[in-house]
Amino acid sequence: MLEIKNLHATAGDAEILKGIDLSIGAGEVHAIMGPNGSGKSTLAGVLAGRPAFAVTEGSIRYKGEDLLELEPEKRALAGIFLAFQYPVEIPGVTNNYFLKASLNAIRTARGEEEVDAMDFLTLVKEKMKIVEMPQDLMGRSINEGFSGGEKKRNEILQMLLLEPSFMVLDETDSGLDIDALRVVANGVNHLRGPERSMLVITHYQRLLDYIVPDVVHVLSEGRIVRSGGKELAHELEEKGYGWIEGASAP
Amino acid sequence: MSETIEQLADREYEYGFVTDIEMERIPKGLNADIVRLISSKNDEPEWLLAWRLKALERFQKMLAEGHHPTWAKVSYPEIDYQDMYYYAAPKPKKELESLDEVDPELLATYDKLGIPLLEQKRLAGVAVDAVFDSVSVATTYKDELEKQGILFGSFSDAVKDHPELIQKYLGSVVPYSDNFFAALNSAVFSDGSFAYVPKGVRCPMELSTYFRINAQETGQFERTLIVAEEGAYVSYLEGCTAPMRDENQLHAAVVELVALDDAQIKYSTVQNWYPGDKNGKGGIYNFVTKRGACRGKRSKISWTQVETGSAITWKYPSCILQGDDSVGEFYSVALTNNMQQADTGTKMIHIGKNTKSTIISKGISAGRGQQSYRGLVRMGPKAHGSRNYSQCDSLLLGDKCGAHTFPYLEVKNASSTVEHEATTSKIGEDQLFYCRQRGISEEDAISMIVNGFCKEVLRELPMEFAVEAQKLLGVSLEGSVG
Repeated sequence: MLEIKNLHATAGDAEILKGIDLSIGAGEVHAIMGPNGSGKSTLAGVLAGRPAFAVTEGSIRYKGEDLLELEPEKRALAGIFLAFQYPVEIPGVTNNYFLKASLNAIRTARGEEEVDAMDFLTLVKEKMKIVEMPQDLMGRSINEGFSGGEKKRNEILQMLLLEPSFMVLDETDSGLDIDALRVVANGVNHLRGPERSMLVITHYQRLLDYIVPDVVHVLSEGRIVRSGGKELAHELEEKGYGWIEGASAP
Repeated sequence: MSETIEQLADREYEYGFVTDIEMERIPKGLNADIVRLISSKNDEPEWLLAWRLKALERFQKMLAEGHHPTWAKVSYPEIDYQDMYYYAAPKPKKELESLDEVDPELLATYDKLGIPLLEQKRLAGVAVDAVFDSVSVATTYKDELEKQGILFGSFSDAVKDHPELIQKYLGSVVPYSDNFFAALNSAVFSDGSFAYVPKGVRCPMELSTYFRINAQETGQFERTLIVAEEGAYVSYLEGCTAPMRDENQLHAAVVELVALDDAQIKYSTVQNWYPGDKNGKGGIYNFVTKRGACRGKRSKISWTQVETGSAITWKYPSCILQGDDSVGEFYSVALTNNMQQADTGTKMIHIGKNTKSTIISKGISAGRGQQSYRGLVRMGPKAHGSRNYSQCDSLLLGDKCGAHTFPYLEVKNASSTVEHEATTSKIGEDQLFYCRQRGISEEDAISMIVNGFCKEVLRELPMEFAVEAQKLLGVSLEGSVG
């Protein structure tokens, strides 16, 4: 599904990613853990095409295509979804309007028919139940005045609606209490399937109790320094990030 | 931001074509003979000519004494008022028996602008008066409206057919001595629209005037007068476009509204004059005086404007709230892109008791556009219990544009309330990226965010035009992020 080779990326003058190699097959869930400043969010941003980052070396192939050639919206249309760490507020544009525009753009790209207002409403109601989101959030401006938990639920709601094939969750657990975490994880698990892959970026092992990964990678100073099964996350939690500092890639 | 967006900046102004039609023009320049000539073209009565000549005298005095207004935050080279044509009309101007006699070239022009004038193609539910350069060329639904006593048509016809109404109301809201451009307009105005809704009548359709400047080196000076008698209601819309030309052209209009007891006038503008090219060459100077008088008790005048065109916009649609319990509203979206400049706002003059006014102004600046909101709220000594609420929001795209707010408040009594709120925000790269990550293109994202920003104003427009205005905002902003 996704093949990253020797990826180097900069933000401004600073090199953040210093040679990432990562291969994620269809149906797999990979977790990326690492201390603050290790490059986790840069990796998420580069995958989605955030203009603030520049790729200086290496390649990313997605379903056999050169991902780096594609504009951010084209990546989204091709099935890449980023659940933002800090979802953006857009005053005056209702959640409802935005989500419908987004869904129809993606359906059109897939060669499906656009949904009308009625069908959209039915669909949204069904998905909102999964993430236990109150109805009135749809009529409000995107993320404006939403609590931290509501913003994250809104991200997962979008993901459930758009049914992407490759999902990047950028610290979706940050700022969530345990109940909200369970709800969000439940939403994410709804989308697990043999045709979909995920990259779950997190600082804490806690989220991985709910979204159980196939592979865990540890990122440090812009490189993957260790990879292993889900038990690696527990080991990290016990020993702290100091444990892998200075360790070489396996 | 992205280069593709910058390339889109070169997208051409959609209405920039020129109609090739035989024109009648009077010589260049401004003097008493020119004013007499314009007056004679319309077979005007003596009193109107006398009024024009007084206005000309006033204008010439102001010009000689250097009273050209300089307080607005706009800059442009000095205008040579002698180096301009003050009258241009498609030839021949003869009495038309029906719309079918209108020059096909003109009909085609309006068709191209999306304003069909012919019977079978007319816009449903909208009566249109079409003004081409200096004259009105056609009015639709005129007869149907007349059955209910509603008068709607060209100003010049109204002068002939209803001189008593014109004499009573012309200059009663905006006297010729009001300001520099009002004096100029009063001297040389050639046509415009007149609407009159009699007592107790609710006008059954939108009235609309579509202004088109076509001729070169010609100014357009139209005059609009709308009178709503006791209990009457009318909704009026104006639209305007002009060809793309390298020189600047002057448009100095005057609009007067009069609302008697319990009358309501809703006046909407979608202004899309040619804005000039992206380097600031050409474009219309839009120097307009618009004012409504709420003369009657419980009367209401509501201005809604979407200003996307013109090189320079200088206009302050205002309300004089004379009648007790009268209501004035001003809803505005102004957009400046590339080198456009706008200094716009309103005046709410509270005279009567318990009068209310609302000002919602949304300014969008992109490119190197500069815009200012300038508004006056005056609570007179007898305007007891009156209230005003003003909200001025600015949205910036990019870092080379500017937004300025100049609110003036004068409160002369202790029982009035005045509230003013202002915000400035920017379309952030993170907002655009968020939209793009959800499959929405950058252009669509900008248009979505801008329309969201303007929503409170756009919903005041008549339905048919709200959609058009939304599209217009999107088009005017293409290429503005960089």
